[in-house]
Amino acid sequence: MIPLSWYLIVSAALFCIGLFGVFARRNAVAILMAIELMLNAVNINLLAFWRYRTPTEPIGLAWSIFVLALAAAEAAVGLALVISIYRERDTVIAEELDTLKY
Amino acid sequence: MHGLAAHWSGPDMSFNIVDFLFSLVQLTTFDYLRAVWEGDMSPGLIEAILDVIAILTVSTFLLLIVLFLIWLERKVIARIQDRIGPNRVGGRFGLLQTVADVLKLLTKETLTPAGADTIAYNLAPLLTVMTALLMWAVIPFAPNVIGVDLNVGLFYVLAVSSASVVTLLLAGWGSNNKYALLGAFRSVAQLVSYEVPMVLSLIIPILLARSMYMQELVLAQTVPFLIVAPLSAIIFFISALAETGRTPFDLLEAESEIVAGFHVEYGGMKFGMFFLAEFVSTLFMSGLFATIYLGGWRLFGLERLETFGPLLGLIVFFIKMFAVYFVFIWVRGTLPRVRIDQMLDLNWKFLVPLSLILVLVVAVVDKLIPAGAGDYYRAGVHLVSNVAVGFVALELLRRHAARQRAIYEERLVRAHSSAAEPEVMAEAAH
Amino acid sequence: MIQQIIFIVISFLTLLMGWIVVTNRNLFHAALALMGSFLGVAGLYVLLDAGFLAAAQLLVYIGAISILIIFAIMMTRRLMQTSETPFNNQWVLGGITSLVVFAVIAYVVLQVFPWQPGAQPFGAAPEVPGAVLEASVTQLGAALVSVDQYVLPFEVASVLLLAALIGAIVVAWPEKKE
Repeated sequence: MIPLSWYLIVSAALFCIGLFGVFARRNAVAILMAIELMLNAVNINLLAFWRYRTPTEPIGLAWSIFVLALAAAEAAVGLALVISIYRERDTVIAEELDTLKY
Repeated sequence: MHGLAAHWSGPDMSFNIVDFLFSLVQLTTFDYLRAVWEGDMSPGLIEAILDVIAILTVSTFLLLIVLFLIWLERKVIARIQDRIGPNRVGGRFGLLQTVADVLKLLTKETLTPAGADTIAYNLAPLLTVMTALLMWAVIPFAPNVIGVDLNVGLFYVLAVSSASVVTLLLAGWGSNNKYALLGAFRSVAQLVSYEVPMVLSLIIPILLARSMYMQELVLAQTVPFLIVAPLSAIIFFISALAETGRTPFDLLEAESEIVAGFHVEYGGMKFGMFFLAEFVSTLFMSGLFATIYLGGWRLFGLERLETFGPLLGLIVFFIKMFAVYFVFIWVRGTLPRVRIDQMLDLNWKFLVPLSLILVLVVAVVDKLIPAGAGDYYRAGVHLVSNVAVGFVALELLRRHAARQRAIYEERLVRAHSSAAEPEVMAEAAH
Repeated sequence: MIQQIIFIVISFLTLLMGWIVVTNRNLFHAALALMGSFLGVAGLYVLLDAGFLAAAQLLVYIGAISILIIFAIMMTRRLMQTSETPFNNQWVLGGITSLVVFAVIAYVVLQVFPWQPGAQPFGAAPEVPGAVLEASVTQLGAALVSVDQYVLPFEVASVLLLAALIGAIVVAWPEKKE
């Protein structure tokens, strides 16, 4: 007996925590972690709607699998970029990577 | 499943020791207790109590059987190496040796190294044991004995075993010791890479049984999958050796060469828990192998007997599991340790491509077999295709090895002809 | 009732762990909290009868992505022990924005869907036979490779993963120094 709105609120809260992390953290790895949190929140939403709207059709399941694949790809490329930047510039603080500004 | 549950449903049943013992023999104790308690307690409470009993039984059994496993391993290894093994504590056969060892570990001080990350350091041994025990939830011990028959049974096993990798990093990082950290990195590299052939080889039984339910995987094996898909069984066995970090893949905690891997800073019972988890997961891998390649509790329909069927199934399962466990020990006593580059080469250059091709071949062959074909016909066709793939793979491997050997020998000859050049010697030795 | 308690406990832990992820100064502890958060989300999936996704979450997020993140943290280790603030100077603005976004979403959700358990519609998960839910894994498998349904996204996802694989290797490959 859990209302759909509870799942949506939890997912929104998780999404906004992630959003705050993306806005406020300085370390690029921490920003990536916050993005992972946001993707998880999206997945909760997809599955909640699947369970409450179309439990007999695997629509939500399929799309959350794609989100999962996307998250894996994003993490791999993002962390490779972080390591490569660290090697080049000796920092992973997002504010200090500002060469494009000038 | 076998109509045994109906045996214990009756109105106003009261507890009766004879019936209780009989239900133990039939492995229907839970149905019996359910029938006895019905009416006295709410159904939810009954299920909760039964779940707790089941969990406690299985985990206590596993934790106790490790004592026996360690003794068995030492004894068998000793025999292989022409020694006697433990023979002092507990009679001629040293049966109580491991009990003494455990007592020693228990009485040791549990210390935390200075500068350690306390949370990570103390959480790691607990989580290791937890993941090792969690995997047993889906193992079918007998026709009517299984923790939960999940619709994603085999996938669940893979998920939990992949989560156990985390504990290594926790231990390595938490110890505040660079050797522990390096050991953890290497262990994780090994486990993550051998997960790939393991997953791919487990796809084949799923493909053949068309199900991930563990019980259906057992029921699908009219012909054991060891015969239907021997190559997949071999790949699984090799990756299981690597996943549990046993010889020949124990280079990360090689007892005779380096101190230990990620758990170098652990002592007392915290170390004991890592040790325990290692044995529990090795036994689990044996149980998994017995379930999905040797037919689990099945043996020529013996389990279909009316009263003693389930018990016989349980015994058959245990015999198969310990047979596989014996092979694990045997391999340990026989094969030398591999180097780390050899280990990674074997995985990425041989097992992963081979298992990928094997999945393709099995899927295509399975599609080509007409739908009405009998089990034995199907098994035969799969066996032939498996052997063919295996033969080609071994032939390629042989040619590669011959080429490598030729290069090596050429270097050696060069080194001998000009012994004055030490760098050539060093290169040849490499 | 029990389900509701489980839900509240799991979601509280998930959000708490998520909060630790974005605020903790020690990046390694943040990564551990991230794993806890992933585990909590997997628990929510189980409550939603999506066992397959829960197992996949465990396999992909905890078994792979978290490990990757910890490796990345340790490879860029020197920055971990800095005692300066983990936040940049726009964190107040970021916090306000996040709060506003949350307030808007929550307002809309509560306008559309009822808050009380059991209210109609969507006050409780629709009753579906257990067999149908268990068969959803089989359905999912068939749907992913069926031409009428998801075969195109499936193939695109595979190409994406391959591209990411190659891309990650190329980007992270150490440059040869002469």
